Amino acid sequence: MSFVDFSWLIGGPQGSGIESGANIFSKVCAEMGYQIFGKREFYSNIKGEHSYFTVRVADKKIHSNVNDVTLMAAFDAETIFRHFNEVISGGGIIYDSDLGDTPTDSVHTLDAPFKERLHKELESKNKSFTISGVLEIAKDNGVKLFPVSFKSLLESLSEETENPRLKGLIRMFNVIGVSLSLGLVKMPPDSLQKTIETIFSKKPEIAKINQQTANYSYNYASAKFENFDHTLPGVQKEPGTILIQGFQGTALGKMACGCRLQPYYPITPASDESVYLESNEILEIIDERPGSTAVIQTEDEICAMGMTIGGALTGTRSATCTSGPGFALMTEMLGWAGMNEVPVVITNYQRSGPSTGLPTRHGQDDLLFAVYAGHGDFPKIVYASGDVEESFYDTGNCFNYADVFQVPVIHMMDKFHASSVITCKRFDPQKIIINRGKLLEKVDDGYRRFEFTDDGVSPRSRLGLDNGIFWNTGDESDEFGHISEDPILRVKMMDKRMSRLDLILKNIPVEEQVVSFGVEEYTIISWGSTIGPVRDALDLLKKEGISIGLIQLKLLNPFPGDYVNSLLKNNKTIIDVEANHSGQLGKLFKQNTGRDVDYFILKYTGRAMTSTEVYDSLKKIIQNKANKREILMHGA
Amino acid sequence: MALKLSDYKTDVHNDWCPGCGDFGIVNAIQMALAEMGIERDKAVMFSGIGCSGKTSHFINTYGVHTLHGRVLTFAQGAKIANPELTVVAVGGDGDGLGIGAGHFVAAGRRNVDMTYIIFDNGVYGLTKGQASPTLKLGEKTKSLPSPNTNSNVNPIGLAIASGFTFVARGYSYDVRHLKDLIIQAVRHKGLSFLDVLQPCPTYNDLNTRDWYAGTDLVDEAQKRHSRIYKLEEQGFEPVVHYDSEPEVNEKLSQALIKSLEWGAKIPIGVFYKNPLVSTYTQRLQDKIPNYLENPPAQQNISKNGHSNTDISMILDSLEV
Repeated sequence: MSFVDFSWLIGGPQGSGIESGANIFSKVCAEMGYQIFGKREFYSNIKGEHSYFTVRVADKKIHSNVNDVTLMAAFDAETIFRHFNEVISGGGIIYDSDLGDTPTDSVHTLDAPFKERLHKELESKNKSFTISGVLEIAKDNGVKLFPVSFKSLLESLSEETENPRLKGLIRMFNVIGVSLSLGLVKMPPDSLQKTIETIFSKKPEIAKINQQTANYSYNYASAKFENFDHTLPGVQKEPGTILIQGFQGTALGKMACGCRLQPYYPITPASDESVYLESNEILEIIDERPGSTAVIQTEDEICAMGMTIGGALTGTRSATCTSGPGFALMTEMLGWAGMNEVPVVITNYQRSGPSTGLPTRHGQDDLLFAVYAGHGDFPKIVYASGDVEESFYDTGNCFNYADVFQVPVIHMMDKFHASSVITCKRFDPQKIIINRGKLLEKVDDGYRRFEFTDDGVSPRSRLGLDNGIFWNTGDESDEFGHISEDPILRVKMMDKRMSRLDLILKNIPVEEQVVSFGVEEYTIISWGSTIGPVRDALDLLKKEGISIGLIQLKLLNPFPGDYVNSLLKNNKTIIDVEANHSGQLGKLFKQNTGRDVDYFILKYTGRAMTSTEVYDSLKKIIQNKANKREILMHGA
Repeated sequence: MALKLSDYKTDVHNDWCPGCGDFGIVNAIQMALAEMGIERDKAVMFSGIGCSGKTSHFINTYGVHTLHGRVLTFAQGAKIANPELTVVAVGGDGDGLGIGAGHFVAAGRRNVDMTYIIFDNGVYGLTKGQASPTLKLGEKTKSLPSPNTNSNVNPIGLAIASGFTFVARGYSYDVRHLKDLIIQAVRHKGLSFLDVLQPCPTYNDLNTRDWYAGTDLVDEAQKRHSRIYKLEEQGFEPVVHYDSEPEVNEKLSQALIKSLEWGAKIPIGVFYKNPLVSTYTQRLQDKIPNYLENPPAQQNISKNGHSNTDISMILDSLEV
């Protein structure tokens, strides 16, 4: 039995509708019952630089992209230059033949280091530095070429529909690319028409033009091109499947679990989440009047964090969402929240650092920073989600942890999560449990906010509660919250706060701390979005009869070292897989378990790992041919 | 039972220097709260860092002693989440106009309905007397190694330019007048700002109590006169009465011109008041029709321990 595993790539200049093209393609495939894993790559740029979307389509659940591209749709020269080598033998390239024989030098957005590598390859293969040069290589690789004049296609469509506007409408190129692709793989055409109608439901005129263009291009491809081996005829649809963008997981989780205040400052790749929350600011509440989320755009991340804390002090579930540079600005306040035992959630969509780094690219660079963020010792939780589906439920858990343990919680997400589009099981909000811990509804006289208790957690009042008056300060304080510099009280208070770390390890169920996919002679430790490619790589190896273990760390601070040790037992080769330079999880692992990491598989190109790369490296490790540090490089 | 002035005082030992202007401000705040009869558990005092930061510990309402320069951020978040609270933020001039100047300007743009009081003494007291943002260029207070190399910021002018809708100045040794200003500021619907001149007896040997009292100024009749005078006694009319550009511009510009007056005569009182600008609460209410009736802090977020938010419409739209 052969599996469907098909990868489609669409590329073009930023602002030319790559994302909406990919959305149409993904939605059509999902409607036809396929599982989707898509990912967007883009420059820190508004218009003109190269942007591309890879959509992997399969008939079973997938968690990553692969190196191979089965079919590419290119309507500019740059996409061909950058990606021709990724298309597999038997795969295809649909491209705009009007591009003619564009030379590399006339594509100004091809940067020097890339051009140098490309020219070297072309030179070695004795090819010209032009589109035909690279397409010859593709052809030599067994790739089928499908040239289409996008301009003439629009012209004849314009005549046929008697709509002169269509003639020069280059913004239709994305729909042409998508529809040619779908025609080529014999996707049933109705789903394409239906999807366009849904996407443009509010703009019937635009829907119509798009549908005409789609229909025409689809028919053109099915009539003209016949020799393509790959087809996507549709499979049985899994009921209750949603197609979702990465940032929607945490946003929907926040809505469901009662986050009602989210101040934020714009930063890539985090702001999408806040904008989405604001777009859905009014909330339906079961059996009650509507609720709402106040989403406040602030002047900087410091204010965002300050407002979040201020909101949390009123008893409101409050969060902010940011990325590395913004999180860096929040750290002084993080310490204040720790000192004052304020439950706040910071959703941290990491990107490549240091500094501004690669602002629109992926990285798991901030694990150690999150764990150690802030001056002084104070308890905090650092928690990481492995995929978008998980992130919905984890968001609910993060707010519970914050409330129950009265500590700030940093929910680690990243750019790979944020810009992926996946199919998954429809979220079940009823699985979101709300536990507000010791938050008080009523207070008797003599209240002390920081009262010493057996478990180290004090009953929590909130601003405005009758009789619940308390004081907060960043200074060390007494039980009322008034400043105290008494040395003995200092020790008691410090011990009280820090005892929270043990309490957290003891009280969070272990299956929420760590997910074990099995422990084998070779066992991987990993975290966050990297789990996806690792899982798919392990599936591939399993088919070859090779079993490798995987331990996913979700709770990263406090680190469940004893539990991880108990899972690993003895004599295992430990492989740390993550997307940063220094193997940050590996360091935490060693610090907390006393065990060395034997191999690192690391990627810091700014592009997410593919399962192909992880598979290749694991193979090398098993064959004893690997370096201690395997550095992955795939991806444009 | 009616609340007395003493109800608003905590028994926390006050460790400000003897003769510090801060005492007058904290007294005026307590008097204002008592006079308005604000319930203690419906009021929150936010404070920044420095001598003035301790203010929240001396007042028997909710008290949140925050971080240097960041007091407005905490205060706005609390007020937005729970608009029923009476929110007063206090801090020094270094706190609000130095490290916190960005938040000061942004807060003006938002016009959240709360009050911000700056304890303005020209020095960083708790770090032993460095120059603060309101100290003038070339001035040398006693612990500065050399004269101040920065120009000063004009707090009243900056507040007006930033969009504060109530801007006033008080003097910490005129407690009754200051108390009246605080009451007006708290009652104002919008963001009110009070610049309170507050001599630091330990580190500011220039702008002393005697200096404000004009002991160095002697007129022809050999009579001393105080530098401080009250705008309201001069017939100054600070209020924007109707929402028209010429009216607003006139009131803004006269306030700005007044704010430049310094030296032999220093005005206190209300410089500018515009009750016609929408508050941030109103702006949220425009987007979220039941925001005030069901603000973030009041919302019930669970039913029998489970989520009660119905996101099924959104999930339906994502379903394939």
